[in-house]
Amino acid sequence: MLILLLTLIPLLGALTAALIPSNSRRPIVLPIVACLQLLLVIAVTVTGPPQTGNGWIHLDAIGKLFLLEFSILFAACAFYAVNYLQYRKERNNRVLCSGFLVCLSAMTLATAAHHLGLLWLAIETTTLAMAPLVYFNRNARSIEATWKYMLICSIGIALALLGILFLAYSTLVAGLPPSLNLETLQGYAPKLPQVWLSGAFILMLVGYGTKMGLAPMHTWKPDAYGEAPGLVGAMLAGGLANCGLLGLIRIYQICMASSEVHFYKSCLIGMGLFSIALAAIFLVRQTDIKRMLAYSSVEHMGLFAVALGLGGKALYGVMLHLIGNGLAKGVLFLASGNIHRAFASKNREFARGTLKRAPWTGALFLAGFMAMTGSPPFLTFASEFAFFSAAFSQGHIITGALLALLLMLAFLGMSLTVVPVVFGDPPKNRERTKYHERALLVVPPLALLICLGILGIWLPQPLYRLVNEATALLEVAR
Amino acid sequence: MNTAADQLLVFVILLNILILGTRRTKLAIRAIATQGIVLGLLPLMTHSFQSHILIITIFVLLAKGVCIPWLLLGALKKTESGEELQPVFGYSGNIMAGAVATVLAFVFAARLPLATLHQGLLIVPASLATILAGFIAIANRRKAINQVVGYLMLENGIFIFGLLLTEAMPLMVEAGALLDLIAGIFVMGLIIKQISREFSSIDTSRMTALREVE
Amino acid sequence: MGYDLASILKTCDLQRSDSEGCNVADILIHCVLIICMPPLLLGVINRTKATVAGRTGAPLLQPYHDLFRLLRKGSVFSRSTTWIFRAGPIVTLAATLAAALLIPLGNHPPPFSFNGDMILFVYLLALGRFFTASAALDTGSSFEGMGAAREVTFSCLAEPVICIALLVLSRLSGSLSLSGILTHSSLALWMNSGAALVLLVAGLFFVLLSENCRIPFDDPTTHLELTMIHEVLVLDHSGPALGMILYGAALKLYILGALFLHVLLPLRVASPLMDWLVFVGSIILLAVIIGMVESGMARYRLVRLPQLLLAACVLSAFAMMLVVR
Repeated sequence: MLILLLTLIPLLGALTAALIPSNSRRPIVLPIVACLQLLLVIAVTVTGPPQTGNGWIHLDAIGKLFLLEFSILFAACAFYAVNYLQYRKERNNRVLCSGFLVCLSAMTLATAAHHLGLLWLAIETTTLAMAPLVYFNRNARSIEATWKYMLICSIGIALALLGILFLAYSTLVAGLPPSLNLETLQGYAPKLPQVWLSGAFILMLVGYGTKMGLAPMHTWKPDAYGEAPGLVGAMLAGGLANCGLLGLIRIYQICMASSEVHFYKSCLIGMGLFSIALAAIFLVRQTDIKRMLAYSSVEHMGLFAVALGLGGKALYGVMLHLIGNGLAKGVLFLASGNIHRAFASKNREFARGTLKRAPWTGALFLAGFMAMTGSPPFLTFASEFAFFSAAFSQGHIITGALLALLLMLAFLGMSLTVVPVVFGDPPKNRERTKYHERALLVVPPLALLICLGILGIWLPQPLYRLVNEATALLEVAR
Repeated sequence: MNTAADQLLVFVILLNILILGTRRTKLAIRAIATQGIVLGLLPLMTHSFQSHILIITIFVLLAKGVCIPWLLLGALKKTESGEELQPVFGYSGNIMAGAVATVLAFVFAARLPLATLHQGLLIVPASLATILAGFIAIANRRKAINQVVGYLMLENGIFIFGLLLTEAMPLMVEAGALLDLIAGIFVMGLIIKQISREFSSIDTSRMTALREVE
Repeated sequence: MGYDLASILKTCDLQRSDSEGCNVADILIHCVLIICMPPLLLGVINRTKATVAGRTGAPLLQPYHDLFRLLRKGSVFSRSTTWIFRAGPIVTLAATLAAALLIPLGNHPPPFSFNGDMILFVYLLALGRFFTASAALDTGSSFEGMGAAREVTFSCLAEPVICIALLVLSRLSGSLSLSGILTHSSLALWMNSGAALVLLVAGLFFVLLSENCRIPFDDPTTHLELTMIHEVLVLDHSGPALGMILYGAALKLYILGALFLHVLLPLRVASPLMDWLVFVGSIILLAVIIGMVESGMARYRLVRLPQLLLAACVLSAFAMMLVVR
């Protein structure tokens, strides 16, 4: 079946990458696999009605959107990696290449998994696959970051497993034939005992929220995103965080079909607002570029949680935002990787005046910042507008107002870091690095940015249909 | 027949307290291996004999009883095992917290509605107690290997809960979960060796470089 | 059933209404055992330790010789002590003897038994401890003060274990009197609540070692004051008073050992004589086991002891939780 093909191609690529002995030739595997994958994915999403698979693997509209976003992001990262790894020749990139491809394969499987256990397995595999990649720089700080990442994410995933077990047990208590299939559970939802269902929801919120990076489980994010190379950071922010979001969306679909939805919505809104507030506070005066991006990721994951809690029109925004957030993070992280190479530092004290030192990167970083914070004409403007209109039109005035205030605070905080990095003069007393603006370092983020711009103005018809189908899936019988 | 399973679960809870209170890391690793072996034998006791339960049992025994302790002991050998590090609240604090957690688990489990055939069993309290003890172990210990042992306790607690669902859960998911556990422990072991090489100690409270300045 | 003097006297009467027909012979044997046997236990323990260490060791009846020797000696009292110092050993011995009359030995009912005597038992032991510690503080010496502080701290952790153990056993047997509680143990009980009983046995063994100043809690042969707990409490006593303390300690070991044996062994033998013999044999075996445990390990660091006792507390609390559930 097509899904299995999509899962196997990256695995074969990983095997090939692991077997190629030459360090400089190995990165070629990445763009090849990425292009193949992307073509297949576009074919799958654009053509045809949803496939009816067996209960375990089935690509529904939500899954297709996630798959599209992963594949586009991965393609950009893969092309970027070819030139980037030439600047990092001193390190062996075997683990990086294979780990990347294994991660892509697992993410693909996760989007198609309709059995909650399989979904959990796939997400756990992505956690494990990315761990050695965070340690790419091999210094004391990155080992600390890797340890925190591994421990905290593993605990989170374990809690998510307990949540799944709670859910399965709730069907036993209700006297129904046990099942972990998404559609079956959605059907069962009104009859499941509330105690177990709420317990499962909270555990999965905490568990998958750890993976997403919701506060207060976000503590691994600044360290991991900060110490990983920009390339890896792009995949973490645009890929893994979205995997966590996928897990959350699946349990959301089940819980929203049950009787007492108010509890779940308030949990989501509360946790989301807390994450955005925390991120906004820590974004101010952040001196490290990548840590700033990590907090921005926490903020956007909080935004997702609030939107899921609001429901209604905000769900349309969620679908748009998952593409917008993923691609914008890709732009920012890839550009920050360039900045790190250009200035040999990611601290805003030393990385100043990017427009003068590396003009394309500087422009990309600035445009990415604008895209991230939701300015037109980018896609994120449409999604954030949908969130606000949903909040105010559905009567959540306080939530909407808090959201506006916090997002503005975050924007100001981020700009305090971005503006000095982009504008101004490069520091005089630092020696100039060997960095040049090469094509493949600039074109992928530029392509992502153009995508964001186009999608912000015009959604192609198949994509529009897909987004609407996905939204309909989320707005379950209320 | 079920009281035998209950006695074993009592033994599991006692092992929790032992792991929380011991200061010798090797003993903690051996105790968690014993806990894994006991848990491997439990499905045979709570359910009637079926082939897929036998497969699970063998798998769990191999994974938790042999593979994982072997990985951990290997990592321990490569790291310094000299100074004893006090946990954050002391060993007595650990034991007290473990005892309080066990009581809370029993109280809380009494309020959860159970399926009729599971009434009165110790599975739910034991599982909650082990999970809480695992959390305490992770939060309270400083050496990285002890934190991994705490994580294993957490996973054991989740496994105990899964015993209620042995018929319901398909074999593949359990097998996959165990495989992921082994892989996770393998990665953690590698990281611990790197930590030891980098910092010449596995005291995680020394890893403070990435703290927020503000 | 009121607790006025008449009813108490009635229950203390040789004619009892509830039990399996009391026996003057039983009471006599009980009294003889508690008076004559305790120093033998000390001798057995020391002999076991010596044998394990490869020495010949002192004769089995050596503690008796020590007691007689001490009784013949004169006493020296410090000028800074008061009546408490003289009263300490006497009250301790009296309390321990009274407690010994409450404990059933073997399967036979004790001389005194009434509802709630388990509370009296615990308090009698505590009274003994209180007076020993007070006598130590009375001397005004720093070593003894230190020993008193340590002893009382450890007993804070050890006493709850005994109390909880008695509660659990009371719940299991449904009786409120020591004779009912302790003679209830049987094989069927072990099959049903085996886990709780195992936990109790473990906790009680810790307490047995702790209350009687055995390794790993206290080394009875040490001569370094800073490492002593119980020995230093009695450093200033001499002559008959020291003899009383020595004998009282042996008696405490005897009665706590009997309590432990009741929980551990569900033995029921048909004939009363066999029963006494089994009891005597098993308590000597217990002494041998204590001797072997002492030979097998060293004394733990002082900071570890509260943790051990806390673990014993946790074990017995857990047993209670299992039984109450």
